[in-house]
Amino acid sequence: MRVMLNGLAAELADDATVAELVARHAASPKGVAVAVNAEVVPKSAWPQHHLADGDRVEMLKAAQGG
Amino acid sequence: MEPARPQAARGTSGAHPPELPDPLVIAGEPFNSRLIMGTGGAPGLDVLEDALIASGTEMTTVALRRIDPEAPGSVLDVIERTGARVLPNTAGCFTAAEAVLTAKLARDAFETDWIKLEVIGDEDTLLPEVTDLVDAAEQLVDDGFVVLPYTTDDPVVARRLESVGCAAVMPLGSPIGSGSGIRNPYNLAIIRELVRVPVILDAGIGTASDAALAMELGCDAVLLATAVTRALDPTRMALAMKHAVEAGRLAHLAGRIPRRLYAQASTTFDGLPALSPDPLLSSATYACHGPLTKERRGAP
Repeated sequence: MRVMLNGLAAELADDATVAELVARHAASPKGVAVAVNAEVVPKSAWPQHHLADGDRVEMLKAAQGG
Repeated sequence: MEPARPQAARGTSGAHPPELPDPLVIAGEPFNSRLIMGTGGAPGLDVLEDALIASGTEMTTVALRRIDPEAPGSVLDVIERTGARVLPNTAGCFTAAEAVLTAKLARDAFETDWIKLEVIGDEDTLLPEVTDLVDAAEQLVDDGFVVLPYTTDDPVVARRLESVGCAAVMPLGSPIGSGSGIRNPYNLAIIRELVRVPVILDAGIGTASDAALAMELGCDAVLLATAVTRALDPTRMALAMKHAVEAGRLAHLAGRIPRRLYAQASTTFDGLPALSPDPLLSSATYACHGPLTKERRGAP
């Protein structure tokens, strides 16, 4: 399946979870937050949350800011 | 203008030394430092860390942005080493809906329900969109957040933000990053009188005297970032800001003297000797009879 990860198309296995996606893209889950289709997916739900084709995923972390 | 005198100045009885603890309390949390330093604008994480430490800040802001695997280091690690509390912001949000979602993401990322709420209404001035700001603040307070809203210097909006349950109000001095200082000190003084929650001057600080003025006007704290991070020597400016905030706070508590048009002698004229050989020119005569006129000086 294909999802949009931070605005770019990404090919994932059909049963991919948010936890797997974070493990692949973030050095550590610390300080990371994920929204799928403009809804927060809390850390506690990452392992069970299976992504679907066409999902829009935003994977965020801390950045310097005022 | 005259800043409002504090309700209960310390030390008026002489019983309390001015160095007594004077914590800033936000939502029941005490802070010894009244300077909140943001992390935006620093040229590098090492510079940021030195400046944060020099500022003595106990709370610092971070933003949420898309993960960049190439980005070196972690701002969170830097903050952790300084021991400061993380205050996530909603910088870059233009609607209440975006800001509320960003706040919820920040809560999950940083395990804090504190949020610096920003809803921007204009790209050039970065001035707050206050209707969406109040709307977002209300939603977040209802969801259990400790909301610190970045707002205009409008006293009515500040009062509205307090009434929906914000833990502080954070009016701007002038536009974000402008370094223009406090453009409307009168409004800040009014806001301080109108609300009971802490008033934190947020945005516009350019140099130390701006921060001192904010505190002298009665603000409870100052939040700044670029005034330090984009200074030629950020660490030295951070130290300047620390001292400025402390000095301004002390001056506010001490209660400044009123401004006068004319001088007021600090040394008494009582007992002044007549030392001029010409009695008409003596200081004592001056004190008794006013300024020397041409006639008294004997001028043609």
